[in-house]
This record gives sequence, structure tokens and C-alpha cells, in this order.
Amino acid sequence: MSVTYPDSRGRFGEYGGQFVPETLMAPLKEIDESLQAAMEDPSFIEAYHQALKDYSGRPTSFTYADQLSEYLGGAKIYLKREDLNHTGAHKLNNALGQALLAKRMGKEKIIAETGAGQHGVASATVAAKLGLESKVFMGEKDIERQQLNVFRMKLLGAEVIPVSSGNKTLKDATNEAIRFWVANCEDHYYLIGSVVGPHPYPKMVRDFQRVIGDETKDQILAEQGSLPNRIYACVGGGSNAIGMFYPFLEDEVELVGVEAAGKGVDTPEHAATITKGSDGIIHGSKTYLMQDEHGQITEPYSISAGLDYPGIGPEHAYLHASKRVRYESVTDDEALDALQLLSRKEGIIPAIESAHALAQAFKEVKDMDANQSIVINVSGRGDKDMSTIMNVLQEGE
Amino acid sequence: MSKSTVQTSFEQRLQKEKDLFIPFIMSGDPSPAATVELALTLQESGADILELGVPYSDPLADGPTIQEAAGRALQHGMNLKESIELVPKMRSKGLEIPVVLFTYYNPVLQYGLEQLFQDLREHDIDALLVPDIPLEESVELKEYAHEFGVELISLVAPNSEARIRKIAEQATGFLYCVSSLGVTGERKELSQDISSFLEKVKSYSSVPVAVGFGISTNEQVHLMKQYSDGVIIGSKIIKVINGYHDELVSESARPSALKKVKQEIVELVQ
Repeated sequence: MSVTYPDSRGRFGEYGGQFVPETLMAPLKEIDESLQAAMEDPSFIEAYHQALKDYSGRPTSFTYADQLSEYLGGAKIYLKREDLNHTGAHKLNNALGQALLAKRMGKEKIIAETGAGQHGVASATVAAKLGLESKVFMGEKDIERQQLNVFRMKLLGAEVIPVSSGNKTLKDATNEAIRFWVANCEDHYYLIGSVVGPHPYPKMVRDFQRVIGDETKDQILAEQGSLPNRIYACVGGGSNAIGMFYPFLEDEVELVGVEAAGKGVDTPEHAATITKGSDGIIHGSKTYLMQDEHGQITEPYSISAGLDYPGIGPEHAYLHASKRVRYESVTDDEALDALQLLSRKEGIIPAIESAHALAQAFKEVKDMDANQSIVINVSGRGDKDMSTIMNVLQEGE
Repeated sequence: MSKSTVQTSFEQRLQKEKDLFIPFIMSGDPSPAATVELALTLQESGADILELGVPYSDPLADGPTIQEAAGRALQHGMNLKESIELVPKMRSKGLEIPVVLFTYYNPVLQYGLEQLFQDLREHDIDALLVPDIPLEESVELKEYAHEFGVELISLVAPNSEARIRKIAEQATGFLYCVSSLGVTGERKELSQDISSFLEKVKSYSSVPVAVGFGISTNEQVHLMKQYSDGVIIGSKIIKVINGYHDELVSESARPSALKKVKQEIVELVQ
């Protein structure tokens, strides 16, 4: 395919780049060079795909949501089932790829940041499988909110490091992971969880997640002999969305990224970075972010911890600026409604993150024709969200 | 950027090129008025260049001490504009040494590059240091710096390797050498092989070469001065200042607190 960005400086148009302290330039270069060599090495690619198949259970299913399509009317609804991946979300695709790279680079220790704990669990999982030592940085506030995932990580042998700086959430965990990495880059590999951070991370994570879109393309062509009219995916940092969208960028398919509007984009409590944010630098990359007039980064809010991030991957900023992808936002309430609808009509309980993509699709699908089709990426399963959902729904009763 | 024959304000204000003491303080910590007085106290304590920090919500290159200082300053509503406006107040009270404004890049982007350099010039600020801009991303800043006669201070690290020469040859003002990998903050021991790194940097640099990150004892100050043209001290100074937090905030108790700060700083660097 002819989409060859980012350029050698890691720029997607004006976004991306390497806005990092000088001390990080050497480790980033080491990763960039190792990644290029690995991606050109057939044995590395084979090992990655083999692990996806044997360990994670790929390819993931592609489900025609017949009950739901009939109920809502309009276009046919297909679901890409990333919830069926080992550990319950798309996160493992990337964690496996990067851990294999770390091992190839001779690094025996990995570090990772986590918000809700999904990427932390994926990292701890691959570290266990590949015999690597793992440290997961997690904000103290998130540790309190996600005790089950903290326990899962510990069970998998990871060390969970509580972060007490800043607001004690994902943004701060990421800062702290980067700070630790600067001091320990000689023997540690930083396994970042989304298409964010300095070059080459956004490109690397995309390339390890594009398997979602590649499979989807084969599956829909096998199913109906033509591409879908639209594809929906939720966007926090944006790794499941980029993974899904990237193989379709040059096709005539409308791509829709769905952000978290929290309690509403007109309230201070949301995480709708593209809808409400502006250009700036976060975690080493130029992109859209949520900030005040003085350039201080502000704290996002969403019921879904996986979308609760004040920035967005630089490639999304570029795809928004170039108008290739349409970005919408969905509130907590709308996402919860969609989550319940999918549960009842299809017997699939999605993650609250994924429910954002579902909610936007459900709003739009009714206005489409019966001979049209859409794909929604169900990026993860809802098991991790049971207590959150239970609390909200019982309150409402 | 080659040195022009016209001296920059930084060069005019810098009194010597060796044995430099470069302290770092955070604007607004513990209060804006105290920051102005602390600048003068540091000059009296022998500071040759003042590094004035602008608080930022996400200071990636800083350890806990400077993060906390930034947090305190942000709570007082300090920002880039108000930081800049502190300097004329320092000057009117007799601050003569060059001032380097230290700020992360995101506040600069929101402020606007041209506006920033214009304001630095108008407020008698001689240099700018942006810790999250490596050489590759610095082209635009360099152009403005040159246009407005403001020095852009670069950092170089022990792992910069092949980049050391490039960074050192292009350095203006002074060159900030990171003593060891990691973030700012005190260290018990500084790297043993720092002398060969500093030798290499000095061989390519036409400006003074100063060492920072982790310097917190009189012994370390003397050791680092043997290998370099000066020392940059941040976290340790913030800690000394924070030891007198309440007194420095109070206008009546401030003069005696400043005396005690001066005594501790002199003991640290003399």
C-alpha cells in the first residue's frame, strides 16, 4: 500500500515527532533501528504471527449481528471480535509484538504503564510467557479503582509500581514509566500500550495492531464479497482504531473514530480530545490534547478508564486534520445503553470502551440502507467492567 | 549557528567563563515575591547565571523535588507569562547576571514562538532552555533565537554518542551536560566515567560546559568543577528553599530566611 508515513522523523503530516529529553534519543534510536531490522526479518514476522495464532487465538471471529441488525433496521451490522483475544482485548496484539522485539534486542526487563490495567495485564502476560521481568506503573487512583486487575498482574508475576505524582492516573503513570526508562534504558525495554509517545512508538504499535484491519478485510470479503460502507472504533490513545482503520485508508470506506464525551462535551468532565482539544505536545509527540490556556495538560474524565487519556495518537490527529477519518463523541450514558443492547440482542458483553463505538454506530445505522453494511470493532470484553456497570445501573433503579 | 561579532546580552552579562555556579529556582515557589528575592540572594551567593523554571503539569525530565516545586507553583497560579514578568522586577532590584528561562515546550506552543522571543527580549531574559526539544526538533526555535538575540541552551547526555559533536559544535550560551541518565534530582554518587564524556564535549564546544543532574554536596561541586566549566544545581537548591517555606512566604520573616538560604548555598558551593 502506498501510505508510507510517518516520515523518517516520525511525522504524520505536522503531528508526531520526538519531543523528548536528550537522554531518550539514544534508546529511541536503538528501538527504531531494531524494529526496522525485525520487520524485514521473515523469521521475526513468522514468530509474531505464530504467537498471535497459538497463544492469543487469532484470527478473532467476525460475527454478523443478525438480531441487532433486524432490531435497529438499516445497514447490516458486523462485529470484529477483539474481545475474544487472550486476556480479553486487542491489547495483546501489541504487547506480544513489542515483547518479541524486546527479547530480540536482548532486553530482559520490560516496563509498561497502565490505566484500567488492561495493557498492564497484557504486558504482564507476555512477560510471563517470554520469561521477561516486568514492572507496571499505575496511578494510585487507578490502583484503587481496579483492584482486580492489580491482583491479576501480580498473579502473573509483575511488579506493580504505584504512582503518586500528578493526578495519580494514566497520564502520570506514563510520565513515571518514561522517567524510570530514562534512568534504566540500558537493560529495560519500555512497552508502551497505545499509538502514542515519541517516534517510533505510534508507528510500531500501529503495525502490531493492523492485524485487526487485515483480518477484517479478508473476513468481510469472504462474507459478502465487498467492503463495508463504514467502520467504527473507539478512540482513547487510539490503538484499536488505528489497527482497524489502517488497512482501509486507501479504500472507499468511511471510517469513524468515537471518543468519550464523559458527562458531555459541554461539561468539564470528558475525554473528547479531538472534539474539544487543541494542538500541543504530550508524552513526546505533537498531537491534539486537552489543556488550559497556559498549556498545562488537564485531566480527562470518562466512565471508561481505557478512554480516559488527555491526548490521542498523532496519526489520529493527522487523519482528523486531513479529514480521512470522522471523529465523533459519545457520553457515558449512551455507551452504557449500547452495552446493554448488545448484551441482550447478541449475547456479547462488550467493554465500556468498545460500547462507545457501538453507541455511535447504533445512532447512525438506522439511516442507512439494507443493502449497506458496517463493521464495529468490539475491542474488548466487558468482564473487567462488571462492578462499574453494576454500580451505575443499580443506582439508576 | 555561528557566533556573530555582535555580543548577545547573555555574553555581555556573563562575567566569567570558568568556575561557574548556575542555580535553578522555580518561579512562584514558594511565592512570586519570594522568587524575586531568591534570585538576588543567589546572585549574592555567587551565582553566575540564573536558571528560572516555569512550572509545568507534566515535567518529564524532572525528579520528585522539582515536580513538587512545580506543583506548588501551579497552585499559586504561576504560568509562563507571569514567570517572564518576574525578571524585570529582579533586574530593577539589582540582578545583573544572565537569566535562562527553563520551560517545557507545550506552554511555549500555546504562548506562540514569536511572541515568546519578543517578550524574552523585552523582559531582559537572555536565554531559553527547553528540556523536551532535542536537536532534531529545534530548527524553528533556533531561527527565532538567532533573530531575537536570545541564546538557546542545549543539553547533551552521556548516551548522546555520535550526536555529542553535533550538539556541542552548535551550542550557544553554555552547554548543559547531563551527568548521568535519569531525571533531575540528588544522587549519592555521580558516574565515574564522566570525565571522559566531559573531555569529549569540551573538545567540540566553543561555549562554557556546565554539568547538572544530581549535584547536591560540596564535594560533588568541587569534583565536577575539575572536569567542567561549572555546575548547575536544581533539586538541592529547591530543597534548601523549601526548608524555609513558611518564612519565605511571610514578608516580615523573609529577610532572615534569605540570610539562612544564602548561608546554606555558600556552604554548598564555596
